[in-house]
Amino acid sequence: MATTTLNLIGLDKAGYKGKSSTLCQGCGHNSISSQIIAACFDLSLDPSKIIKLSGIGCSSKSPAYFLGRSHGFNSLHGRMPSVATGAVIANHKLKALGVSGDGDTASIGIGQFIHMLRRNVPMVYIIENNGVYGLTKGQFSATADKGQVLKKIGRNPFMPVDVCLEAFVANCGFIARSFAGDPRQVRELIKAALTFDGTAILDIISPCVTFNNRDESTKSYVWGKGHEEPLHDVTLVPKREEIEVDYEPGEVTEVEMHDGSRLMLKKLDRDYDPTDRMAALALLHQAHVDQLLVTGLIYLNRDQETLLDVQGMVDTPLGALDEKALRPSPESLKEIMASMS
Amino acid sequence: MSTHEVAALEAGSQLAGEEIVNDFSMVVATVNGSGSQTSNMAIIRALFRMGLPISGKNLFPSNIQGLPTWFTIRVSADGFVARRDATEILVAMNKATLVEDLQSLVPNGVCFHPDDFEPGLLARPDITYYPMPVQQLVREAAPPKEMRDYIANMVYVGVVANILRIDLGEIRHALETHFQGKAKAVAMNMDVVESAAAWAETNLTKRDPYCVRRDQQTEGLILVDGNTAAALGAVYGGVGFAAWYPITPASSLAEALGDYLPSLRTDPETGKATYSIIQAEDELAAIGMAIGAGWVGARAMTSTSGPGISLMAEFSGLAFFAEVPVVIWDIQRMGPSTGLPTRTSQGDIMFVRFLGHGDTRQVMLLPGSPAECFEFGWRAFDLAERLQTPVFVMSDLDLGMNLWMSEPFVFPDKPMDRGKVLTADDLERLGSFARYRDIDGDGIPYRTLPGNEHPLSPYLARGTGHSEEAVYSERPDDWEANMERLLRKHTNSRTILPRPVIDLSAGAEIGLIGFGTTDPAIMEARQRLLGKGVDTSYLRLRAVPFVEDVGEFIEEHDRVYVIEMNSDGQMRQLLQLEYPELAARVRSLRRNNGLPLTARWITDNLLAAEEI
Repeated sequence: MATTTLNLIGLDKAGYKGKSSTLCQGCGHNSISSQIIAACFDLSLDPSKIIKLSGIGCSSKSPAYFLGRSHGFNSLHGRMPSVATGAVIANHKLKALGVSGDGDTASIGIGQFIHMLRRNVPMVYIIENNGVYGLTKGQFSATADKGQVLKKIGRNPFMPVDVCLEAFVANCGFIARSFAGDPRQVRELIKAALTFDGTAILDIISPCVTFNNRDESTKSYVWGKGHEEPLHDVTLVPKREEIEVDYEPGEVTEVEMHDGSRLMLKKLDRDYDPTDRMAALALLHQAHVDQLLVTGLIYLNRDQETLLDVQGMVDTPLGALDEKALRPSPESLKEIMASMS
Repeated sequence: MSTHEVAALEAGSQLAGEEIVNDFSMVVATVNGSGSQTSNMAIIRALFRMGLPISGKNLFPSNIQGLPTWFTIRVSADGFVARRDATEILVAMNKATLVEDLQSLVPNGVCFHPDDFEPGLLARPDITYYPMPVQQLVREAAPPKEMRDYIANMVYVGVVANILRIDLGEIRHALETHFQGKAKAVAMNMDVVESAAAWAETNLTKRDPYCVRRDQQTEGLILVDGNTAAALGAVYGGVGFAAWYPITPASSLAEALGDYLPSLRTDPETGKATYSIIQAEDELAAIGMAIGAGWVGARAMTSTSGPGISLMAEFSGLAFFAEVPVVIWDIQRMGPSTGLPTRTSQGDIMFVRFLGHGDTRQVMLLPGSPAECFEFGWRAFDLAERLQTPVFVMSDLDLGMNLWMSEPFVFPDKPMDRGKVLTADDLERLGSFARYRDIDGDGIPYRTLPGNEHPLSPYLARGTGHSEEAVYSERPDDWEANMERLLRKHTNSRTILPRPVIDLSAGAEIGLIGFGTTDPAIMEARQRLLGKGVDTSYLRLRAVPFVEDVGEFIEEHDRVYVIEMNSDGQMRQLLQLEYPELAARVRSLRRNNGLPLTARWITDNLLAAEEI
């Protein structure tokens, strides 16, 4: 008899799955959906305490394909951050997981993206970045490489928007980049993002097999496989769990996350400290100029107030307050009326 | 006909030497940003506390400082509070507009002016002039430099009070209200008012007929603007979340929420807020946030004006289609485009009614007074949650930003209606759940809130085509069934919307239909028309979609005039769409000049239309 592995809250992995994907075979987004499922399972998250949000586009369809036991909102093109902002304010006990694309974030949605970061809305925000519009059949997005050629459209004359750099400038406290072809790293970074209190940005290069997968495209599988330079080997050890791997002394940097989980960053080729703001800026700049696919946790700052800290709301979610809490007394109205007479 | 001649007709009944008590309009002409608001409020409040029916309307420019602004105060023993075309008394503090302002006075009108205006400018010989030694009195008061303009405006308060017999004790009382008891500010202003009044007593002789006398017509009433009333209504309606973006004339609504919520909605045990307000980066984000909060179960709202409504179009369609409760206040101003940001209008009716692409129909409430702003302020949340749809409350600049006399607000007469929300226990009992299934036949489905732990609870809200289970669907039958259900829901909504206010006059052939702030002018016009032997019935709409009463009212009258403040006769068009068989008898009386309607305009134009 096959045994099913259950996590700490007694769910198997199937409990985190969604409907079958209608995206193209081999689409990077499907791989990311699988890792969202794996990450939430690994962390033993209660799916009823997660809300999944998206805008419009291929990436934004994907919330239907994971976390079938979570509420979700497939909103408007580029406007998911505002819906997420209102949602987490109305119930701060929910963990918001947003999935967006490069068109949804860097083109039509760049304004809301920046303002979400400025307010430090507590949520995971994944950009499934393929540099192209898929559902409308292959136009350039704002993250397409300068000089890139697409079959129908021709050459892109403009510099790409770097969403990690934008996030950095907007004071984001968790900035990571990954590659859909590196599922283990994607999963561990999603787990790390889910344990972070504040906006966590994950820019995941997610090849579009139909419109932008030519080998010379920086958003293709071949290019990604050949050029990915992981900053470190990332492992998220959930709170309550033991660290199972024995690391050599000095080999690993351990970072404690907001919920008590530990992020283990195992050194690879270089010394890299993601809490060093200037080092992160230098890295992003270098990667942008040299078109390097540097992956891993690029920047981490755990010491910033979130939107919820600033709002100073009661512990009961606003959406769950009853009439007694919501409607002031008749006497108070009488007093106000007296002040107006 | 010149303005002067028009004014002459208006003032026809005035007799020399006879007192005219509690019946005049006064215009204070100043420069924007000179701090005259405090002075004008002091006069209005004092008159109100003397028991006189008053209205005050600020006609201000879209400007921070330097352009002309006019504040009109009407005192009416008959209780009429609409704007008037004619002005009896001018307080001329702005030399730049003096000539034009003088022109608009009635014959034998009154003009108060600083004594340094050149006599040549005061050319109309029929006017009674009262010079005021503004510079001298300001010098004597020696206020701090930054207070000089404010103090200068207190001079006219004192002189006008003396000549019109406004009680100085009430002026003091009014200043205490205005400065919220700050004794130093009250004293500094009141000193100037008193010295100006004393100067007038010694140096001026009353030569005009206008004066006020204490009455008891405002007992039990309050003085309030519609935006404050709306905010209070929302507070007592249990607003949980408000997002907004600054825009004239809606900003003061959100600001009033910020004024009242901290004291009324702080948890006494923890000191924490039972609400949240966010100033968004634009109106798209404002309504997006409100929709997010409404989806999760908070009573969510936003407030804006025309340009903001334009930006909210896509989200409004989403909320209609995904069936998310949200309340949107539209404090209408002049459009199209930037239009006249500081002038009033009812020009968003047609746009909001169908806001969103495709077959979108929005519910609109139409408050006609501050008391209704309060009432609709809380009721809108009940309706939005009951109907699971956006509810638009269509106020305007005149209602929102001007001070109105009002009955005190009535505490909500029923518990909150949170609509069809299923808990985990409900789901356990029912054993199944489909987000968009019409269980009750009223078109309104059941919803669950995110966070509900029952495995049946979750669904993916979406603006895309969906089945009853909220699953993406392009099936023609799914699409049609859903749209038909939405239409059924919308049609049924009329049974719970505020009903029109109807005053039928037996045998009247003419019916008047109005809504919103045209109400005082229509009421006054009906009196005038009656004086000319023209009897009218009146129906004031308070919500769209319309209830059957509206069609019956049209049917009962030969000729129905829809009175409104826009160029296209938008409400008339909506009525004609709704009642095509009656369309021919629905006529339009429309004006769109940025100013609140006057009874005279309605009377004259109705008589002309009737060829009387």
